[in-house]
Amino acid sequence: MSDGSDATNADGARRVSDSSDDGPVLAADGRPLKQSLQRALRRQKLRALGLIAPLLIFILVTFIAPIADMLFRSVENQIVSDTLPQTVQTLADWDPDSGELPGQEVFRDFYFDLAVAAQRKKHTQLGTRLNYELTGVSSLFRRSGRRIDDIGEVYMDQFEDLNAAWGEEMTWARLMGSEDWLQEQEAWNADAAAADEADRDFDRPLPAFEFGADVRAELPRTAAVFDEFAHYMRTDNQESVMEDEPWEVAYAALYEDLMANPDAAAAFSGENATILSEAADAVPKFQAVDYKAAILETEEGWSDPQVWATIQTFSPDYTTGYFLNAVDLQMTPDGIQAQPRDQQIYVLLFKRTLFMSLMIMGSCVVLGYPIAYLLSNLPLRESNMLMILVLLPFWTSLLVRTSAWKVLLQQQGVINDLLVWLGLVADDSRLVMINNQFGTIVAMTHILLPFMILPLYSVMKTIPPSYVRAAKSLGATNWTAFWRVYFPQSVPGIGAGCILVFILSIGYYITPELVGGTTGTFISNRIAYHISSSLNWGLAAALGSILLAVVLLLYWVYDKIVGIDNVSLG
Amino acid sequence: MTAASEQGFVVFDRVQKSYDGETLVVKDLNLSIGKGEFLTMLGPSGSGKTTCLMMLAGFETATHGDILLDGKPINNIPPHKRGIGMVFQNYALFPHMTVAENLAFPLEVRNISRSDRESKVKHALDMVQMGDFGGRRPAQLSGGQQQRIALARALVFEPELVLMDEPLGALDKQLREHMQFEITNLAHQLGITTVYVTHDQTEALTMSDRVAVFDDGRIQQLAAPDELYEQPQNSFVAQFIGENNTMMGTVKEIKGDACIVQLDGGELIDAVPVNVSKPGERTLISIRPERVEFNKERLHEDAHTLKAEVLEFIYMGDIFRTRLKVAGNENFVIKTRNAPDQRRLKPGEQIEIGWLPQDCRALDA
Repeated sequence: MSDGSDATNADGARRVSDSSDDGPVLAADGRPLKQSLQRALRRQKLRALGLIAPLLIFILVTFIAPIADMLFRSVENQIVSDTLPQTVQTLADWDPDSGELPGQEVFRDFYFDLAVAAQRKKHTQLGTRLNYELTGVSSLFRRSGRRIDDIGEVYMDQFEDLNAAWGEEMTWARLMGSEDWLQEQEAWNADAAAADEADRDFDRPLPAFEFGADVRAELPRTAAVFDEFAHYMRTDNQESVMEDEPWEVAYAALYEDLMANPDAAAAFSGENATILSEAADAVPKFQAVDYKAAILETEEGWSDPQVWATIQTFSPDYTTGYFLNAVDLQMTPDGIQAQPRDQQIYVLLFKRTLFMSLMIMGSCVVLGYPIAYLLSNLPLRESNMLMILVLLPFWTSLLVRTSAWKVLLQQQGVINDLLVWLGLVADDSRLVMINNQFGTIVAMTHILLPFMILPLYSVMKTIPPSYVRAAKSLGATNWTAFWRVYFPQSVPGIGAGCILVFILSIGYYITPELVGGTTGTFISNRIAYHISSSLNWGLAAALGSILLAVVLLLYWVYDKIVGIDNVSLG
Repeated sequence: MTAASEQGFVVFDRVQKSYDGETLVVKDLNLSIGKGEFLTMLGPSGSGKTTCLMMLAGFETATHGDILLDGKPINNIPPHKRGIGMVFQNYALFPHMTVAENLAFPLEVRNISRSDRESKVKHALDMVQMGDFGGRRPAQLSGGQQQRIALARALVFEPELVLMDEPLGALDKQLREHMQFEITNLAHQLGITTVYVTHDQTEALTMSDRVAVFDDGRIQQLAAPDELYEQPQNSFVAQFIGENNTMMGTVKEIKGDACIVQLDGGELIDAVPVNVSKPGERTLISIRPERVEFNKERLHEDAHTLKAEVLEFIYMGDIFRTRLKVAGNENFVIKTRNAPDQRRLKPGEQIEIGWLPQDCRALDA
């Protein structure tokens, strides 16, 4: 017998389609065949894409995007530079190794940043963030925030003593705002008042605040503070800046601006110019604030250079800090160091998670293989019955199953009672089988067993019984026939089941949470803790990213060793 | 023990088999297979032939009776100790092993040394002309090649008995015919005893020394192919093997090894009484299409003839197949050789047909 007929056919077909021996194969209309084929397939491809589009979009929006966002959070650190924009810049020049506190200008910028942040209630978030890196920073920010306005009040009093007009909202509004904005805002005020009079509803949005010409250039600090103020008034209070006098820190900013630029008034006209030039003449005689001393007065903790070093270390927009924390390291001003011994938990947790996942996977194989074998070799009626028994736990609530194990395994539980009754265990030394690793492995093996059995079954179902028969007829004993012939062919099922069970168990949360106690918890429990309790989302994201990386790595290793083509899910 | 058990290499002695305890799949089977014989079990599906093979291989146990191999009962010997080579319907080549590993497997489990193993594997591969394919996986082979490897694997450990369970079922016609020839050649060359199961009668006739025709759990006839074809012992065998014209009638007269049968239409014909014993019995008349003669000169002088009308003439190349209406039966077929002097009948033509008395068999009704 020969396979020559195939070759002849192929030759014949080529002769028909390929009229010229060189150049690409052409279709009947003279276009290259490849192009024609692509054109013909495009419609099909678009159709296929249309069919999967709803699911694709759903997954992108609800799954891929949140994961990407979460992964991004593991390195994101913009909160420091967002909250302390000026401080971060000036602090960059400070040498933390000098052992001295940063200079006046750092404290001055810090004052402005902190005062604005305190008004906008952002300083506590920053305090929480930096507290992950240096314990105690959180309370520094909180306490200083409470007393930071005292510093601005010094200037506010002096400005108001100089001219009572500085205490008026309109003085500031006119000085800072543009002509257009003033007119628009006053028209809005008039309409609002009229509507109020007539008892009508009025929901026209507030006009956006707009700086007058040159304000930003001449009075940069004041403008920066006022900008924040205007934004705050508009978004948080739904009021215009005409309704309230600016924060105390605005007076300090004006003082600084006028000291730096005494001729600022020249850029203004009318009343603004008058009041500004009056102030510019007066400020040199004002009582100046020593920012450093003032900040230290709000909270002594700022005198620790370590605090400043930490701020400096974490001022970049992106950080590896979370990842270092996730592997029990920390980034200090002196470089990367191990966490204090009593805070090292994550490496241990990762190791434990891996170890327990492997144990669960192993016990699933040991328990699931014989069942799957039986399932695939029994007559249909019995195997259906058995299959229902396998699937039954699948249809039961996870919580119920886990709680059932609690009932069974606890010290006053069914199994202990039975053992005591049988006299195998003394009543005063009942076995501890729950709230530890043992309990977690038992409960999770039970829960994940169907994920092992089903792929195994679907692979074993395709192994014809004639293979084992052939092996036996060739002289192999039952064991040899199984081990040399049947088992190798069931390996793809074992592979699929192992991957499934391992990946599911490595990220399992609910069962370890319920029956794990302290020694049986997984890394996922820690991630959940950081997500919902400590609110350290960055660290949670870093832990999650590492988990994802470990799974992908193991998947790759598995592919190298077993080959992913050998995995069959049925 | 019966007399049969004393002579055969493989003996089925009153073997019965039931799966459900209610019906017998194999009913009282007695069969003796001589050493070096090529015996085919032929029958429709469900006739019990594969069950017999599986009992012989040890994958099924007989409910009653003994199976003897070389004089020893093997009922309680597990399959792997029987030393019987077997070729399966779907070849059952181990897909995770190469061809050479497949062949080495039976040698390995018998703890044969590596060098012996290699030479035996090579020899077996050469025997089926597949010497260059040792390194391939079964999936890389064509159906016919896999078939050869399966054969080589069943023979490599030099068993004295080889069982084949419809081994050629999956091959196309041309390849099948070629392999039939190769398998019989190889079996005779090596002098091994072969039990071959098939439902293809051509295969059974061309390959076997003897054929056992199974139906309803019994052997209906056990005979050499020519005897089976020309002298079927009952109506099942006559109709199952080859094409046959059948007509119903009543025995009129029996004279030794000849009898006269009156067909239901009243016509009288000559026949050989096979399993009819007395006049008046109903009988099924069976005559092979190629044994019917319409050329008067070739007929015996005093032979009974029947009138026939030609209904259809089919040209089939090597033969002509003509459908006739004979004694009310419109499906009476005759086959004639496409020879130069052969007359081609035309539809509508009225002819007379007859046959040699020994070609017409009066069987059970």
